[in-house]
Amino acid sequence: MHDHQAARTISIRVFLALMVLTAVTVGVSFVNLGAFNLPVALLIACTKASLVLVYFMHLKGNFKLLWVAAASGFLFLLVLISLTLSDYFTRDW
Amino acid sequence: MGATTVPLIERTREHYLNVRYGIKSWLLTVDHKRIAILYLISITFFFFIGGAAAVVIRLDLATPQGDLVESETYNKLFTIHGIIMIFFFLVPSIPAVLGNFLVPIMIGAKDLAFPKLNLLSWYLYVIGGSFTLWAMIAGGVDTGWTFYAPYSTTYANSHVILTALGIFVTGFSSILTGLNFMVTVHKMRAPGMTWFKLPLFVWSQYATSIIMVLGTPVLAITILLIGIERLLGVGIFDPALGGDPVLFQHLFWFYSHPAVYIMILPAMGVISELISAFARRAVFGYRFIAFSSLAIAILGFLVWGHHMFVSSQSPYAGMVFSLLSFLIAVPSAIKVFNWTATLYKASISYQTPILYAFGFIGLFTIGGLTGLFLATLAVDVHVHDTYFVVAHFHYIMVGGAIMGFLGGLHYWWPKMFGKLYPELWARISAAIIFIGFNLTFFPQFLLGYMGMPRRYHIYDPEFQVLHVLSSAGASILGIGYLIPMVYFIWSLRYGKDAGPNPWQAKGLEWTIPSPPTTFNFEEPVVVVEDPYAYPTDDEPTWPQPEEAHV
Amino acid sequence: MSEHGSLAHHFEDLEQQRQSADLGMWLFLITEIMFFGGVFAAYAVCRWMNPAGFSAGTQHLDVTLGTINTAVLIGSSLTMVWAVQAGHEGDAKGISRNLMLTILLGGVFLVIKGFEYRHKFHDGLVPGPLFHFEGEHVAGIELFMCFYFIMTGLHAFHMIIGIGLLMWLIVLARRGRFTKEYSNPVEGVGLYWHFVDIVWIFLFPMLYLLEH
Repeated sequence: MHDHQAARTISIRVFLALMVLTAVTVGVSFVNLGAFNLPVALLIACTKASLVLVYFMHLKGNFKLLWVAAASGFLFLLVLISLTLSDYFTRDW
Repeated sequence: MGATTVPLIERTREHYLNVRYGIKSWLLTVDHKRIAILYLISITFFFFIGGAAAVVIRLDLATPQGDLVESETYNKLFTIHGIIMIFFFLVPSIPAVLGNFLVPIMIGAKDLAFPKLNLLSWYLYVIGGSFTLWAMIAGGVDTGWTFYAPYSTTYANSHVILTALGIFVTGFSSILTGLNFMVTVHKMRAPGMTWFKLPLFVWSQYATSIIMVLGTPVLAITILLIGIERLLGVGIFDPALGGDPVLFQHLFWFYSHPAVYIMILPAMGVISELISAFARRAVFGYRFIAFSSLAIAILGFLVWGHHMFVSSQSPYAGMVFSLLSFLIAVPSAIKVFNWTATLYKASISYQTPILYAFGFIGLFTIGGLTGLFLATLAVDVHVHDTYFVVAHFHYIMVGGAIMGFLGGLHYWWPKMFGKLYPELWARISAAIIFIGFNLTFFPQFLLGYMGMPRRYHIYDPEFQVLHVLSSAGASILGIGYLIPMVYFIWSLRYGKDAGPNPWQAKGLEWTIPSPPTTFNFEEPVVVVEDPYAYPTDDEPTWPQPEEAHV
Repeated sequence: MSEHGSLAHHFEDLEQQRQSADLGMWLFLITEIMFFGGVFAAYAVCRWMNPAGFSAGTQHLDVTLGTINTAVLIGSSLTMVWAVQAGHEGDAKGISRNLMLTILLGGVFLVIKGFEYRHKFHDGLVPGPLFHFEGEHVAGIELFMCFYFIMTGLHAFHMIIGIGLLMWLIVLARRGRFTKEYSNPVEGVGLYWHFVDIVWIFLFPMLYLLEH
């Protein structure tokens, strides 16, 4: 029963963290950071996504293969986006 | 009394084919072996439709004026040939037929991890196929199998959306098959079946599944975007509205280049099995072959831009993609070298399956090396969109993937149906296919190098000789494909009983009766032996051609 | 070998079955990542090519409603976690109760989304034949709205499927199909629901916040 209580506490803490991060990302968006607008927004989104992955989706404490699976999904998404953009970023036109 | 009843029991032994009868027992089956048979029937159907389109194309190209069909019809023919052969034959061919049948058996499992999902895959395939056939009957589609924007989104007046829907649905069939295989290989292996005891066929299926799972969804969304753009006239791929047609090519080739490896990797797995069985020794460099499959699967995602060297892709991106494309030649070459080393000084038995394996190695090598020409930026500018490219990918797809599929089908046919096919006919047709194939496609290298563009209906008369040679080769190739169809069906009724292991090969699939029972293994499997543990001094007795007895 | 009724014939034990289901679900989510990933890549390219138009387009979205919806969706993830937890405890009532909360929050999200959509229709910001917005950066704004509708539409579609799955789970839970040892479907749908949440976590800044 103790474990169950602990799990519930963690889930609430993670929820609160997600809420705070949501507030931060909305707040920051009203400040113009110039070139940093995108990186900051992405960083916060990635942090939130990681919290959901690790705690809500129980990557933590699960078998290792799931980490590999989850990581490979995001890795290949990165490949898709970055190699595609590498074309657009290096165009002279 | 006991002595007379034994053969009787033997004859009426229950196996997966006779355990139940009736159409319902097939359409609602969750047995991976029966689903494999369903796939075999459906992909053969599509193969002959795609083949028929190819026959008309080749007949038409026999004359420079293209007398047989109208130009518009010609466009629809090569489109339907490409779409059907790629999405409805090559992609599912080895995984969904041989893979479905063999992966669970080879790892000592009773079934795939998700049997119902497996059946759903087949239904999605059939539904997608029906949409595509419907589009074909309703008037066809003329965009080429590549659906390039803005032609497909704005200008084409043919059944783009219906065909796209068919491919979209079939894509999910492919995704679910890949997912099922991956979970099966990870979680269903018998005790003792460690990763490095897996047959190389399973490794290649696993690598293929990675591509299916990671790549196919991108094709699905790309097709969806094409549909949305076509229906609503929005501008994701339209430069006038702020979009970019080259973006379509990026997204399309992100799947469609790795898809080439979906087609060739399983065939490579088959070849590893065939070579080891008929050279009667362990595959040389087992780990290298296993890891090269994974390397191909992963590197395959980094090279798609080499399809776009003459689009408005930036030259810098072109250089990166060119370099990465050279890299992927390395794992492919590792496989070819290891197969050759396995054959070196082996006492090879020239049964039908290994004839196909030899065909594969030679033709794949030609196809692969010409791929290097195409990966070279400057050369590609010259031969891009010519018959050189057509010849290149047919050497890989037909000379590689179909040879692998036919080799595998000949090797495991006795396991699937418990019957031997006529060996002599099989060897003859293997030779016919090899000759017909080369006569069809080698002239196309020359045509392309001389500047004959692909997808042209009417061409310059100077190219006619080579086109006629190619068409002649295609008719030989067509006959070569029909003969196995006939003797395979013939063997179901009249073929000799194969027994559990006609090739005296190693591997779990040869330890169980042919055809296998529904749950494959009567006893729980525990694996102790290494893969391909052939004794060094055995002299097997092979099924011989009929002539040998005369 | 377990004699448990929830064990399918081809698995050796419940743990093998659970891990297979888990891995299968994760692989499915990878396909979902790549599926949404295609639109994300297209969005990145189009934004790169039309920075001003996309920035102008963002200003037509309602940050307040977007923020509320983000909170609602994260809340639904929390109740989903509780439902999975209840599954592990073998508490069928807890499963039902938390799943109903999840459906409720998911429903609130969709209703708010519906209001936003209606507003866009009203303003003529729906790309395609209905688009009749006029002003600067028309093409860029239409392209942005096109991504807005495709991305949020796909997301909402996934949520509707998810709500259907949650209802199915409630029926199963009421029939007493879940035990302490076996609640794989709850876990699987939970993973799916959280994934849909993650998609939104990225969509929210990309559509509502960047350069607004």
